[in-house]
Amino acid sequence: MSATPRHGALHALMTDFESPSQFMHACEKVRDAGFRHWDAHSPFPVHGLDDAMGIRGTRLPWIVLVGGITGFSAALLMQWWMNAVDYPYVISGKPLLGLPANFPVMFELTVLFSAFACFFGMWGLNGMPRLHHPLLANDRFRRASQDRFYVVIEARDPKFDSEKTRAFLASLGGAAVEEVREIVEG
Amino acid sequence: MSTSQVHDAWDNTKDDPTKPVELILGGNDFTTITEKVSDIVLERKTPRAWYIAITATAGVTGILFLMIAYLFIKGVGVWGLNNPVGWAWDITNFVFWVGIGHAGTLISAILFLMRQKWRTSINRFAEAMTIFAVVCAGIFPGIHVGRVWVVYWLFPLPNNQAMWPNFRSPLLWDVFAVGTYMTVSLLFWYTGMVPDLATLRDRAKGRVKQAVYGALALGWRNSHRHWHRYEKAYLLLAGLATPLVLSVHSVVSFDFATSQIPGWHTAIFPPYFVAGAVFSGFAMVGTILIPARKWFGLQDIITKHHLENMNKIILATGSIVGFAYATEFFIAWYGGNPNESFAFINRAFGPYAWAYWTMVTCNVITPQLFWNKKIRTNLTVMWIMYIFVNIGMWFERFVIIVTSLSRDFLPSSWAYFRPTPVDILTFVGSFGLFFTLVLLFVRFLPMIAMAEVKTVMPIADAHSGERRSVGDYHGDIPAHIRDGGSH
Repeated sequence: MSATPRHGALHALMTDFESPSQFMHACEKVRDAGFRHWDAHSPFPVHGLDDAMGIRGTRLPWIVLVGGITGFSAALLMQWWMNAVDYPYVISGKPLLGLPANFPVMFELTVLFSAFACFFGMWGLNGMPRLHHPLLANDRFRRASQDRFYVVIEARDPKFDSEKTRAFLASLGGAAVEEVREIVEG
Repeated sequence: MSTSQVHDAWDNTKDDPTKPVELILGGNDFTTITEKVSDIVLERKTPRAWYIAITATAGVTGILFLMIAYLFIKGVGVWGLNNPVGWAWDITNFVFWVGIGHAGTLISAILFLMRQKWRTSINRFAEAMTIFAVVCAGIFPGIHVGRVWVVYWLFPLPNNQAMWPNFRSPLLWDVFAVGTYMTVSLLFWYTGMVPDLATLRDRAKGRVKQAVYGALALGWRNSHRHWHRYEKAYLLLAGLATPLVLSVHSVVSFDFATSQIPGWHTAIFPPYFVAGAVFSGFAMVGTILIPARKWFGLQDIITKHHLENMNKIILATGSIVGFAYATEFFIAWYGGNPNESFAFINRAFGPYAWAYWTMVTCNVITPQLFWNKKIRTNLTVMWIMYIFVNIGMWFERFVIIVTSLSRDFLPSSWAYFRPTPVDILTFVGSFGLFFTLVLLFVRFLPMIAMAEVKTVMPIADAHSGERRSVGDYHGDIPAHIRDGGSH
């Protein structure tokens, strides 16, 4: 970590905007130009940007559903096995598995497992934690978490052409287009 | 301090239905919000008052641990417990602290689902308070078990007796409810904080701060493809936390309601406990928020409008609590059970009448004063009211637990409970722990959810020509109505 990272191949081209509405219109243009490996970075989720970028729904809710079903079933199985099979509790002649009395724990574990699935599912789908990324090494990019709005087109996009894409980004009306380089640790 | 230009004179509590309420005052934009909140952590010199305060609270926390050590050495006899009062301050404190936590989840999850935009200024703070309150709550059931060396029997873990816990016991439900609540609250709080931790990472100057905040931010780079899943996850967590928070105090109330003790065995307990929890929690949030916004100069982000809204919730939940007290009495009479009616007459006129009427004064009369707009927008008055509510809600739990136990079915075993100094110092010590955690939080973590606050600012709207999604309940006024039909 001590040495300044040396810069490698071109990772992406980047421009940035001051206002959410310029940013959104720029995103619409990038979407319509047919790029696939590009992204928009903003200090907060800009309302309406999903459509402007053409992002489709996430499968996260399904992961959470699976987590919830797992928690519910695990709680039922655990209580049945522990209190009715492995160590039967006979209390006032009541049935060994009494669903009403077992329901609170089933509910709590449903919520617990769903929340874990949601938390880890979201970070997993987002590819995080990832502490090492060319954008994070770029000083200008630091304001993405503060007050500026960035549009980044990656070099691996099939439609990427360093000259044409640079001209296209410049035409969007943002600040000067900048090259983002891959990090090469020295 | 440079915050003197921030005036309490800013008043956004005027009711004008033709205009959206401005939630962020003082002409702030994205840059100033970022600077204001992150500079508290990164740039500003730690005030000397902070060092004095944390020394004091850490000292009080020390008393808590000394008392716990003494308890472990001597046994629960060092408390004022007797027969029949086997639960007293320990469980009162447990229920009190769990209840305090409920306001944080209400603000972060329920108000989120209801699209109450004003929550963004206070949710981080309230969620932090939830976690710290649950930490304090968790101590009491852990230490009151008597044989602390087998406290792991609370959990369904394999043990040398080949026994499992009894899942029909509400005390075990409690373990699951409070454990899940703590875990989910932490996940929710941390998820909400990641974008702000990234802001701190990007603004930090020292290597250590960059590394620590950088690691905590998980490499968040504000990508909208990430925001998209993040927002979905946040919504799902809010949807999960909402029934969860309602379940937690319901399950806590089952500890009482499923027993046969007169005064406990009532079906009203779950909703009554949940309303009381939210009531007490909002009072505690307010107790800390009013001084904090002043000390850190955040009056333009946590405005009077926010505090007034909180007071309205205190009024609503306080009225539910008052109504529940009345219902209990009505049912005790209407139910025709002599033990039940005795329990309630004894509550109000028996040996603990002083506690009962303290509770009624603080919890029933105090919140009703918030019908008056002058009272609910006056900072000093509302802070005093919060203190009353805090006291009243502690007494509510004390009254429920101790009046019923001290007068059980057998008059020969009746006894009066008196706390010992160990009881009192343990409870005082738990406040030390709570405030120590709060002080660490305001010093090292972003106490305002910057990214969320930015979304409710008028300049955040990318459709600013067509519609203006600002403000609070007057928000989203279509442009053609707002501008008189020219659109």
